[in-house]
Amino acid sequence: MPTTHAAAEESRETSERSAVRTLRRLWPYVRPVRARLFTAAFVAVVASCTGLVFPLVLKWMVDGPVADRDPAGVWLGALYLLLLGLAEALLFGLRRWLVARPLSSVEAGMRADLYGHLQRLPVAFHDRWSSGQLLSRGTTDLMLLRQFLAFPLTFLFVNGVTILVGVLIMLLQDWTLGLVILGPAVPVIITCAVFEKRYAHASRRAQDQVGDLTTVVEESVLGIRIVKGFGRHRSQARAFRELAQTLRGTELRKAGLLATIWGVIVTLPEVAIGAALALGTIQVANGSLSAGTLVAFLSTALALRWPVDSIGFLLAMTQEAATATERYFEVMDATPEADTATATAVGNRSARRNGWAQPAAPGAAPTSAQGKGLRFDNVQFRYPDAPQETPPVLKNITLHIPPGESMALVGATGSGKTTLTALVPRLHELTSGRITLDGADITDMSREELRSKVAVAFEEPTLFSASIADNVLMGAENTAGAAELNRALAVAQADFAHALPDGTDTRVGEQGLTLSGGQRQRLALARAVVGRPRFLVLDDPLSALDVHTEAAVEAALRDVLADTTALIVAHRPSTVLLADRVALLSGGRITAVGTHHELLRTNAEYAHLMSGTGEAEDDR
Amino acid sequence: MTAVTTSAPTAGDEPDLPRPKDAGDPFDRDVLPSPPGATAALLRSLLAPMKGRVALTTLLLLLQQAAVQAGPLLVAYAIDNAVPAFRDHDHGPLIVVAVAYLLCALVSGGLQSAFIIASARVNQDVLLDLRGRIFRHAQALSIDFHERYTSGRLISRSTTDVESLRELLNEGLQELITVILSFVYISAMLLWLDLGLGAVAVASFVPLYLLVRVYQRRAVRVYRARSTAIAAVIVKFVETMNGIRPVRAFRREAANDADFRVQNRRHERVNGDALLEMARYVIGSRLVANTAVAGIVLWGAYRVASGSLELGVLAGAVLYLRRLYDPIDRLGMFLNAYQSAAASLEKIAGLLAQTPSVPEPPAPVELPPLRSEHPGREVVFDAVAFGYRTGGEVLPRFDLTVPAGQTVAVVGSTGAGKSTLAKLLARFYDPSQGRVLLDGVDLRELSVAELRRGVVMVTQEAFLFSGTVAENIAIGRPDASREEIEQAAKAIGAHEFISALPDGYDTDVRKRGGRISAGQRQLVAFARALLADPAVLILDEATSSLDVPGERAVQRAMSTVLQGRTAIVIAHRLSTVEIADRVLVMEHGTLVEDGSPAELIAGTGRFADLHRAWRDSLA
Repeated sequence: MPTTHAAAEESRETSERSAVRTLRRLWPYVRPVRARLFTAAFVAVVASCTGLVFPLVLKWMVDGPVADRDPAGVWLGALYLLLLGLAEALLFGLRRWLVARPLSSVEAGMRADLYGHLQRLPVAFHDRWSSGQLLSRGTTDLMLLRQFLAFPLTFLFVNGVTILVGVLIMLLQDWTLGLVILGPAVPVIITCAVFEKRYAHASRRAQDQVGDLTTVVEESVLGIRIVKGFGRHRSQARAFRELAQTLRGTELRKAGLLATIWGVIVTLPEVAIGAALALGTIQVANGSLSAGTLVAFLSTALALRWPVDSIGFLLAMTQEAATATERYFEVMDATPEADTATATAVGNRSARRNGWAQPAAPGAAPTSAQGKGLRFDNVQFRYPDAPQETPPVLKNITLHIPPGESMALVGATGSGKTTLTALVPRLHELTSGRITLDGADITDMSREELRSKVAVAFEEPTLFSASIADNVLMGAENTAGAAELNRALAVAQADFAHALPDGTDTRVGEQGLTLSGGQRQRLALARAVVGRPRFLVLDDPLSALDVHTEAAVEAALRDVLADTTALIVAHRPSTVLLADRVALLSGGRITAVGTHHELLRTNAEYAHLMSGTGEAEDDR
Repeated sequence: MTAVTTSAPTAGDEPDLPRPKDAGDPFDRDVLPSPPGATAALLRSLLAPMKGRVALTTLLLLLQQAAVQAGPLLVAYAIDNAVPAFRDHDHGPLIVVAVAYLLCALVSGGLQSAFIIASARVNQDVLLDLRGRIFRHAQALSIDFHERYTSGRLISRSTTDVESLRELLNEGLQELITVILSFVYISAMLLWLDLGLGAVAVASFVPLYLLVRVYQRRAVRVYRARSTAIAAVIVKFVETMNGIRPVRAFRREAANDADFRVQNRRHERVNGDALLEMARYVIGSRLVANTAVAGIVLWGAYRVASGSLELGVLAGAVLYLRRLYDPIDRLGMFLNAYQSAAASLEKIAGLLAQTPSVPEPPAPVELPPLRSEHPGREVVFDAVAFGYRTGGEVLPRFDLTVPAGQTVAVVGSTGAGKSTLAKLLARFYDPSQGRVLLDGVDLRELSVAELRRGVVMVTQEAFLFSGTVAENIAIGRPDASREEIEQAAKAIGAHEFISALPDGYDTDVRKRGGRISAGQRQLVAFARALLADPAVLILDEATSSLDVPGERAVQRAMSTVLQGRTAIVIAHRLSTVEIADRVLVMEHGTLVEDGSPAELIAGTGRFADLHRAWRDSLA
């Protein structure tokens, strides 16, 4: 059964990293709310220190009014305590109130950035990353980060200050007892340091495994028909269980580490307090220490228990947050498609870094009729993530489609037809050579502009969760309305949409699954033609249609194609006949260009592809 | 401090989102009905198998808390007994205090460690169980469920919703037990130290309890809204990432950003509401607690001053008091974790309460032994009628018998019911009336394993799972050897392209160089089906992405593979018909023509028309 591997695997076992350095990268997101966050931290320090004043008031009461049997003084002491209590409560509340909205906005901001960034990353990136891994970064990891900002970040600081102040108070009251309390500090710090490193490792593994698990869930849902069709849901569940069990193992390892540090952090300070108690008792008995001081000292020590105990889990949360940050920026650091002409230069620079050839200098485009239309000029393409030694997918592609002409692209399965079509709207970047639209190099225009000129229909017709009208009008200017919609639906023979329960307002499911493949394909075609694009790229647009519908679509499409420059991937003679001429793609090169009938006569490979006869026997 | 909005917006009354027309549909609102008490029942059923270990874990915490809470008692003892005794040169009590304190420290540390490990085991097992249940259940649910419940929601159920239960188990339960234990212990200690002081402390629980109740009521609403909001975010996210090519080509980035912002903002708002609820609770509870401390100290100190109370008792009581109220914040955190988990569990329970509309039979029947040496079986549609729950394609009364070993081509325009026929035979759906029989056995009576030995369907959506090409083919028969896998690939003409991939059959389809075209994916899907070796093979437009030679190769393979097998071939390309023994023409859910290809072509019916049109298209 399929197993999943996180795409991030290669970068998993990265070298030494410091949690602090990683977390510093959050600063740009935290910056806008820094005032609130700092105020909140300050408030928390004050509140926490207010708590430390309690024992001092107690000491004053025990050694003063109580010892002197002065009821009025007792009242005064209680009043102090009450005021301190009110202040503490309000300050702690204030802290939470200060950060509640800002922190959700930091989380939301980071998520929106991630989403926007992912949308703009090259398609090649998405080929490698499963959306489960991406999603776990957008959800679980960001929640961890919000929690980190809410708690560990503030409280590591607050507790640090509180411990410092508390220890100072204790030292001032009785320095010998204070030193006894300080005793465990060194071993605790060493344990923490060791713990941090190990925990970092385990937590990174756990988070990646969560991503893998998400991937399996996602695939099992998206591929549900196959799972069901082969009755494989049990083995699918077994594969899931194995991954889930691995995750359990990692989580248990984390728990083991946590148990160790927690044990150390709880035991050592408690032993020190015990020692201080014994020592203090002797001093009180000797008369060198007042009972009130001992009470105050011990209640200060006990008040520091939480700040000290909490260090363990605060560090653990910090570590997890660092991992989450690392995972988040792993994706955010990927270079998005450059969008403007100046940004293209940056893209080219990185292209050179990756050993790509520099595209030909812009501006040399001929403006004569020669340059009009869609032109491929010595185009070469290799997937950027493919090993260097592999041959390019496309080589020396030179092809000219004059304005208004439609060219069919024919080639054996896997010959690179779809890849070639993806180059025109720059879903993939050329390795070398250039493509021009009416003489303008596609790398010289913004993607926005390019993609508004070129409309595409993919072989895999994806519809989005929206109404049919919205799905189709996506391909047009914002001003397009019902007239354009109806025209496009008519061209694509998608009039069935009007007969649906809500007509063209009918929502189609997450992937338009309630419609048949042929229906989806026709809507995708309508989307491609609705904006009357100057350039049209169709990837086997009629594969799922029956003969009658196909004939009707073809008849309607001919009108559209009359004044459109089009590149049409075709598998069948009927589709080829839509086009004026045919280009044959073989082994990544264009080996022949001509009309259908010419090529049928003169080119054996073409004849074979179109009729399945002839060369077929040599294949064996 | 109370300037914030108090009404927790629920998903339903958002003005800034277009509301679907059928807002009452539980699928649209992401609130599937579950029987009352299902959430609690789910939690119970998850914890029930680990009763013993939960008890052990609780016991560890019980002992640990006992050790922790002994501290102040020892302080009181030291001040009231050890000090005077030491003055009388009796070192006994002091040594007792020192040793006891040391023991408490070691025991509480050790038990804390043991507890963390024990509870992690319980938690992880519960999560493993729940994850497995969601996954298995989702897999068991029928296709029509999946067509309505978006994949994003399912993913959100098994990720963020499980995550919130994890938080409840990891931190929440420990908090709760600690809180309850320390309340009980400390109250007992206080009452034991001094009845009056203890009584005041216990009385302060009343306002605290009320506060907790109010908080809980409000938090339920907020967390429910939050869980819905994050699921909506996930749905949008997944849809975009899976459709990245059209998103790019149609310049949807900015529009998507705007849509996403709406969902994301809503989540942000509800999330903020949740955090503010918590802030309110903290203020309220701390106020009550600190007032109680001041009151108790006042009374205690007054009594020490008037001589009716020992100083040590007051010191011990004060130390306990500080601890008594410390965990109320933690109680808030528990409630938080609980509310968030409850909202998630409610959704999970709703999912688990869905019954498959295509259930497995309680007492499955075996298929009868094959009647001949051929693997094919007879297929009968007996007075079958079918309509989709969501409307759309409908099959009125339909009768059909396909003898074992026959290859039937089904043709007809899109929406004529061809795919519905196939889905009924593959039992993706059950007919609303009538029966589908395989060698005389109703499909509904077959176990999944038996059904899939009988019927396998190859569709035009050739989805590849992550993993190697070989693993993807082996889905057809997981125990197949490498040789058998290659055999299947060779038979279908996929061997050449697979061998040309960087790592051949071991190429990971999501890794470098693993790009596989739509046509190649269909070949893999075919190899998968061949490997499964079923009695009845359904091909639903399974060659749509192949080029003509590819299709020919598949057909050549099919004509040998289909020998003696029953096959239903749905295709709009009539070349397929050449391998068929029989052709069915469908129109509006009914059979309009039925006969051998030669008969129909010779006739004057629709098929003859279609065939002529197709011939012409080959020109």
